[in-house]
Amino acid sequence: MGADATPVMELVDVTKLYAAGELEVAALAGVSLVIDEGEFVAITGPSGSGKSTLMHILGCLDVPSAGSFHLAGHDVSAFGENLLADVRNLFIGFVFQQFNLLAYLPAWRNVELPLVYAGVSAPERRERALRALERVALADRADHRPGEMSGGQQQRVAIARALVTEPAVILADEPTGNLDSTSTADVLTLLEQLNAEGSTIILITHEHDIAARARRIVEIRDGRVWTPEPASAREPAPAGEVVS
Amino acid sequence: MSWRETFRTALEAVRTHRLRSALTMLGILIGITAVVLTVGIGDGARADVQASINQLGTNILVVSPGSSTTSTGTRGGFGTASTLTMQDAAALGQRTVAPDVQTVAPVASSNAELVRGSTNWTTTLQGTTPNWSVVRSRTVSSGRFITAADQNNVNAVVVLGPDTATQLFGGGSALGQTVTDNGVKLEVIGVLQPLSSSEQTSNNDLAIVPQSTYAQKLVGGVNRNSVSNIYVKAPSSGALSAAYQETDALLLNTHRISTPTSADFSIATQQSILAASTTVNDTLTVMLAGIAVIALLVGGIGVMNIMLVSVTERYREIGVRKAIGARPGLIRRQFLAEASMLGLAGGILGVLLGLVGAALIPAFTDSNVIVSIPASLGAIVIAIGIGVVFGVYPATRAARLAPIDALRSE
Repeated sequence: MGADATPVMELVDVTKLYAAGELEVAALAGVSLVIDEGEFVAITGPSGSGKSTLMHILGCLDVPSAGSFHLAGHDVSAFGENLLADVRNLFIGFVFQQFNLLAYLPAWRNVELPLVYAGVSAPERRERALRALERVALADRADHRPGEMSGGQQQRVAIARALVTEPAVILADEPTGNLDSTSTADVLTLLEQLNAEGSTIILITHEHDIAARARRIVEIRDGRVWTPEPASAREPAPAGEVVS
Repeated sequence: MSWRETFRTALEAVRTHRLRSALTMLGILIGITAVVLTVGIGDGARADVQASINQLGTNILVVSPGSSTTSTGTRGGFGTASTLTMQDAAALGQRTVAPDVQTVAPVASSNAELVRGSTNWTTTLQGTTPNWSVVRSRTVSSGRFITAADQNNVNAVVVLGPDTATQLFGGGSALGQTVTDNGVKLEVIGVLQPLSSSEQTSNNDLAIVPQSTYAQKLVGGVNRNSVSNIYVKAPSSGALSAAYQETDALLLNTHRISTPTSADFSIATQQSILAASTTVNDTLTVMLAGIAVIALLVGGIGVMNIMLVSVTERYREIGVRKAIGARPGLIRRQFLAEASMLGLAGGILGVLLGLVGAALIPAFTDSNVIVSIPASLGAIVIAIGIGVVFGVYPATRAARLAPIDALRSE
């Protein structure tokens, strides 16, 4: 993952415009942000603040209208759909509020899915999927379908799916939004533990007590970063090849 | 993601949504069944016609008399005149006059009631010469056929068709027995080999007597030399057209007719009979094919419709797959694989249903259905093609979905 000097994610003056009828609305109005390897960052803000848009850009689900976005040293702002798909596959692990597991597949088949798209062989996929499930303490549920598990367990399966490709960043979008307090605690503990093991974690939430579990909080309001952030002064890293 | 993975994923999706998949398949199934049966009925009808024409014999011309005109000017149809005679047949049999005619068999025929003891049976009585068996490619299963001696001596002998023999004698042997027609006792000298797969009962239900016996002892009539038809056999299919011209010229000459259009006879070839019946068939086949095409089109639109529903219903799944790294092309491939699989399954089931139909239809109607393997394989390929063609639009829509929109949908 490069030298320590290269941040995992670096946004410089990123804007995102949406057309709303005749008007152009700026969901992001110049966001600059640096996330280093091994960080546990919470991105927070009220609804409509632009934090979802920011999450989409960080997750390579969307591209900025202007500004640059480097992911592990690669400039992804100009990538096409296929490259973005590969970047999501290899560099980012998603955890969603709705879990978004495929109901007709057992847990381990859900976990191996990113590896299917990465072109990993079937035996290796199964082995890695089972190892990821072990890391979220669900090895014994590998053959259960999502419908046969509790919400907390489903979210842990989703975290295993996010882990399985060994991504640079785990991007968790309101991961506890649909969970009771016990499961919420489980999931947060798990994220902390993964962070302690070296994973970079970005947690998007609107709840302050959940954001408080992170080591750094970035607050977004009206499409801008609210907290002081020293990142904008940095030189952008040279663009590199993304291996697909 | 390999093709194997793609098809496995597609298969899982098809199995997960059973009802929807079944309904999609049903559309294709009906279309393919229609195609298989259409082709099968067309082929069957053609084979029937071919077979019944081949039963005439091979390389045959059939000469029939022209129409008759009574003294009051009423004209009958073709075959009502008695213009063909034994002399015509004898003339055609001369090598020097008609070198391309191999064998000639004149046939005089009428209905006759054969009586054997208390049993009677009405059949077609044919007076002919020994050449008949050569021309019509028929043999006897027991006894012998009529001979030149029978013809010359006006022998009271008869060769029975297999069905006729069964009707008159049941299971017992007919040979050497006597049947009576019009009070004339006829000795049964032979029974014809049955013509298998014959749709026409007249091929197996008939009684053959020497032409001389027919004319002089049994039927009589104004002109004892007149015959109903003359069968002319050419040595090969290549010589058939020469034989046709020689026959035509000779008969015009002997009948003293200078303009061919006012000929008092007509000559039919197997080809002309075949052509007439296949024209009717082709019309039917075109109509059925039209129906099959419409059925397939409706089936294909059904595939597109249900695939679009499937895409809409699986927005979230598509979003998840894209978020975790599926390229748009892979999503399209997956939906195309699903559509082609539905096509394949519908095609196979359609062919199977077509086979069932092919087995059942002959039981309820008299049409023969021949399902050919190439046609069936072709139908399955068409079914897959329909799945793919009508799956392209839904699959492309799925591939173009923006992942964030797909993930947002509830």
